[in-house]
Amino acid sequence: MAKKSVWSDNRFWQRSAAWITGFASVLLIWLTFDTSGQISMGNDSDLKNGVTKRVPGPTVINYKITYEMDKKRQHEVPVIGEKEKFFGRDDYSEEEAAKLLHLGKLGSQTKNCMNCHTLLGNGAYYAPDLTKAWLDPAWGPTGSMQAMTGKSTKEEAMAEFLQHPSQYPTHARMMPNLGITAEEAKGLVAFLKHMSSIDTNGFPRNFGKIQGAVNGK
Amino acid sequence: MANSYLTSESKKLATWYFTVAATLFGAQLLFGLVAAIQYVIPGFLFEILDFSVARMIHINALVVWMVFAMFGSVYWLLPDETGIETVGIELGKLLFWVFTAAVTVVVLVYIFVQVGAADETSIWFIHEGREYIEAPRWADLGITVVALGFVANLFMTGMKGNRSGIVTVLMADMIAFAGLYLTGMFYTDNITVDQFWWWWVIHLWVEATWEVFVGSIAAYGLITMIGAHRKVVEMWLWIEVTMLFGSGILGMGHHYFWIGTPEYWWEIGALFSALEPLPLVAMFIHVLYDWGKMQGEESAKGKDVSVITNKPAFTWFVLNAFGNFLGAGIWGFFHTLPQVNLYTHGTQFTSAHGHLAFFGAYATILIGMMYIAVQGKNGIKVMNNTTSTIFATSMITGGVVGMTVALTVAGYVDVLVTRAQMGATWAGYFDGQSGAWFAQGMDWRLVMGVVTFTGFFFLVKDLLSIGKATHHVR
Repeated sequence: MAKKSVWSDNRFWQRSAAWITGFASVLLIWLTFDTSGQISMGNDSDLKNGVTKRVPGPTVINYKITYEMDKKRQHEVPVIGEKEKFFGRDDYSEEEAAKLLHLGKLGSQTKNCMNCHTLLGNGAYYAPDLTKAWLDPAWGPTGSMQAMTGKSTKEEAMAEFLQHPSQYPTHARMMPNLGITAEEAKGLVAFLKHMSSIDTNGFPRNFGKIQGAVNGK
Repeated sequence: MANSYLTSESKKLATWYFTVAATLFGAQLLFGLVAAIQYVIPGFLFEILDFSVARMIHINALVVWMVFAMFGSVYWLLPDETGIETVGIELGKLLFWVFTAAVTVVVLVYIFVQVGAADETSIWFIHEGREYIEAPRWADLGITVVALGFVANLFMTGMKGNRSGIVTVLMADMIAFAGLYLTGMFYTDNITVDQFWWWWVIHLWVEATWEVFVGSIAAYGLITMIGAHRKVVEMWLWIEVTMLFGSGILGMGHHYFWIGTPEYWWEIGALFSALEPLPLVAMFIHVLYDWGKMQGEESAKGKDVSVITNKPAFTWFVLNAFGNFLGAGIWGFFHTLPQVNLYTHGTQFTSAHGHLAFFGAYATILIGMMYIAVQGKNGIKVMNNTTSTIFATSMITGGVVGMTVALTVAGYVDVLVTRAQMGATWAGYFDGQSGAWFAQGMDWRLVMGVVTFTGFFFLVKDLLSIGKATHHVR
């Protein structure tokens, strides 16, 4: 008579389940510590000293952001360039910028953006992805949205659209009026600009490469 | 609950949970239908009940009905497994009413208030605007209390009565399930950190703890419905737990490809999530193998009757074996590698996967548990199908599979036109949406959604009336 095999022993499998679950959990927690360090938000001195953070500080709204091919990483990355006016200013203090971003992030949740749009690719698929919306050529000098809203800058056009979306229909499917105030709209645009500066490992690929694209420079 | 054969208070409570679950399932389908119509007729209920609201209720009702049915399933099987009445059943009943009342208030606020100002008050009292876990913060705290009470009852019963393998797995699984909810309750201005922890709830629920829950329920069903041997079933269960947690916990990496998290998640996510279908294959084989084995033992004795004591429920359990493997396994694997996911992330492809996975992995087996409860409540020894069972099963399953295929076709347009060709801009997005294949995909999704919704009415009729049919063995 052969001895009973360990492979058909419930206790063996129970212990395997416990060990493997424990091991996977410990690994996940360890990686979470590493990732948390890498995705913490940067600050104003990082930006001033050219320190690259995966998630830059709120004062990134004072700078021009572009999305450029990185030869070494073989995909596009956000590049923070020279100063750029945002609602007429390029000298937002750390406190002011953080306050705007806070308002915008809160607004993105309370207005339920994510149940139509995707943010960083997550959400619903009823409206365009907002990850790099700030860099979308449609809002740029050659795009249609500035003329449509009668504004001369990207941020003003976006803010105007957010306050009265159903006045500016671009397609049969429209964005509804969500009661967004002027101040909330400003915060939301700051939130969008900040999100476009996050290093998303090249997602979305080829963003803005079609006609009138914001590619580099 | 007149004419009930139930003597266990725990099982009575289970039927309450199942009743609310089935109601919320109906709400899920109704608001899904509204959202599906809006894809086809964009002006439908515009600025009255917008897509964002319909979709929020669609996915919240989904999560909540499944949680209700999961709580119900545990309260149902506890007396059978432990051999005693559930400890703290009065607390359980009180928490049931608290939970139901809270969900009702939350849904009414979703429908009638919809959005709030960009401040903390909206987060506390309207919704948090975070997909799947939109519930406002007051409800978060309430849900935590309810979940803790549920877990406490499970633990006290498991420790006092006979702690079977199934109960042991459920105890470990349910405390993780409840605990993980806490990681989705805080606010941060950093959207990358926000989504990082958001996935701790969503992923570690649906691709880890919920799947283990399904393994436990399948094990219970095989023992009660076809008389499978406990030792064999529980060994399979431990193997499934090993494989599910072994792949699923680190498989979380496939959500960390593009949200601002480091590149090493590409490799970790790709490797472990590619392994995630394996336990689903195992569960599939397990159900069908045990069925064949038990039927074979009967045939060897020269008996020509089915070993199945609950035909409708077992049908749903077998559909679970198929649906879990196809919806979660195959449709998930399609787009889990980063090279593919770069283009499929956030498209109708995800939506196709979501529909078949939630249905195949969870809806099926939970509907099966509802039929088990109907059998028990009516004191039936062998429960057979009715015409409504057949209509409900085939229309709901056919409808969801149809929606999945339609959304997959639409997803291809999203991927090829919006993403690969046009670079995902606003203009590129609408180029994809206006494609003929996309539009037809959405038309067919709506048709199949109507089929599913019609099947739901057969299901409700059947759950309410099958117990009174006369062709069962009493």
